[in-house]
Amino acid sequence: MLPFLLIFVTFHIIPIFFAVQESLFRQQSSGLGLGESVRQFVGLGNYTRAFGDSTLYAAGGRVLLYGVVQVPIMLFLALGMALAFDSALVHARQFLQVVAFLPYAIPGVIGAILWAFLYVPGISPIVSLLQDIGAPSDFLSPRAVLWSIANVSTWQWTGYNMIIIFAALQALPRDIFEAARVDGAGAWRVAWSIKIPLVLPAILLTALFSIIGTLQLFSEPLVLKTLTGNVTYNYTPNMMVYNLAFGTNDTGYASAVSVVIAAVTFIASIVVLRLLQKRGSQ
Amino acid sequence: MTHVSSRLSGASASPAFSRNAVQPRRATSPARVILTLVMVALALYFLIPVLWMIFASTKSTADLNSSFGFWFADIHFVQNLKTVFVLQDGIFLRWMGNSLLYAGVGSLGATLIAAAAGYSLAKFHFAGRDALLGFILGGVLIPATVLALPTYILLDRVGLINTYWAVFLPSLGSTFGVFLCRIYVASSVPDEIIEAARVDGAGEVRIFFTIVLRMVVPALVTVFLFSFISIWNNFFLPLIVLNDERKWPVTLGLYSLQQSAQSDPDIVRTVVTGSLVSTIPLVILFLVLQRYWRSGLTAGALK
Repeated sequence: MLPFLLIFVTFHIIPIFFAVQESLFRQQSSGLGLGESVRQFVGLGNYTRAFGDSTLYAAGGRVLLYGVVQVPIMLFLALGMALAFDSALVHARQFLQVVAFLPYAIPGVIGAILWAFLYVPGISPIVSLLQDIGAPSDFLSPRAVLWSIANVSTWQWTGYNMIIIFAALQALPRDIFEAARVDGAGAWRVAWSIKIPLVLPAILLTALFSIIGTLQLFSEPLVLKTLTGNVTYNYTPNMMVYNLAFGTNDTGYASAVSVVIAAVTFIASIVVLRLLQKRGSQ
Repeated sequence: MTHVSSRLSGASASPAFSRNAVQPRRATSPARVILTLVMVALALYFLIPVLWMIFASTKSTADLNSSFGFWFADIHFVQNLKTVFVLQDGIFLRWMGNSLLYAGVGSLGATLIAAAAGYSLAKFHFAGRDALLGFILGGVLIPATVLALPTYILLDRVGLINTYWAVFLPSLGSTFGVFLCRIYVASSVPDEIIEAARVDGAGEVRIFFTIVLRMVVPALVTVFLFSFISIWNNFFLPLIVLNDERKWPVTLGLYSLQQSAQSDPDIVRTVVTGSLVSTIPLVILFLVLQRYWRSGLTAGALK
């Protein structure tokens, strides 16, 4: 127990204190930009700055839009696949499951790099196919690039979520379905009225993971940023933290933004967990 | 043990599959065909980047641009492999070694620590245990990337930036692992056995290592696998705490290569072939340990 507590406290608790402490200061380069920069206590200054920062709002809004669209699509796909596998109507089930889960075994950065190649004209066979049939093919345009990023995450995580939901489905007692079938309920009816409500906790759990994942969106946009100016340094809140801390050395403000993201993530998770517990107690 | 298996792995692989196998095989119905076709289409979607990577890793730089992406052109696989391994006097191998070291040693440590913590949470009654449990659950909800900058500040203050420790130490605390181990110990290690060992004069450390650890091996494998994946896939933390490229994990190395491919198109084949080489170990690990990740995710879903 002790070693875990030590690690846990050192790398989960202490950093938060440091971040909060750091967020109360500001680095100021003295005068002509020469010599040591001065660390100055600014109290909640960094937080008031964050709440008035249109760049942060833009980044947050982008991630919100992304989450509102990407998370439901991905979970819908995952649920549909899990139900299909559970219905035993699909051939080669085990093979298809492994294929769906495969992207999870590929590091996020590598996945993003591979998709990046598939987005670039010249190298990408997909772009050239689309060009041949005259369809829009610019995956990196200002409007498309967010959904190109969403595609990478959907590709990466659908199989993982599918397995979680599938496992929950398989754990359900089979005789309920038999009874429903005897009563004349079709496969769709059984799925909609019995299976989905019963595995709702698992679905909410995947929703929780997905929301946390959305709020930390970082490596995919960072990889695509090398290809297009349409992904800026401040594209997502996490990229903004990275840029503030290591691009402009504004550690204090970066810490404040970090604390804000942590707080938002925490609140969002608590809301989902509450839903989870409410379902559980019924 | 029977109780455990029904709780942890019961919902996964074997019983579930046999349950469906019992059903009589129906004749191929239209619904069945359509559903399978949809699934195959989805499977293709999951395979697209992987297939492209495999084809692209066999191509010369010229063919990468001119030949059809989802089929072979002239095979240059060996030459491409060579560019990967001769890069900067073999730095790619070093990156792979680093990843293996970070993930291997880190997840081994994380698993042991999680087992010890899970065991104490399950079997010892101490003041504030429930509060501690809630606290740890709260820790799960704060994602690693949000902690990355604070961790950087901490490591900076103790002078560990740009050392192996900077990646290794933060990866030791697996909150998911603690949870899984706690559930597993609670249901699979009977109190009587621990009591009996105590009566026989075994110390607490000895009980943990010789009795408890052996009884929770399936949980340990699952925790090990998942921490291995998460450390291997780690990107943000190494990106900010390691300047020296000789200490980079392979994810970071390939990312920096991809960036330089913008100015030198000849590097593309190296990036692609390197990506292929770097994903092979994990994919093999996954295929071999299927039973464990399935049961691990099941436990997560039932929690």
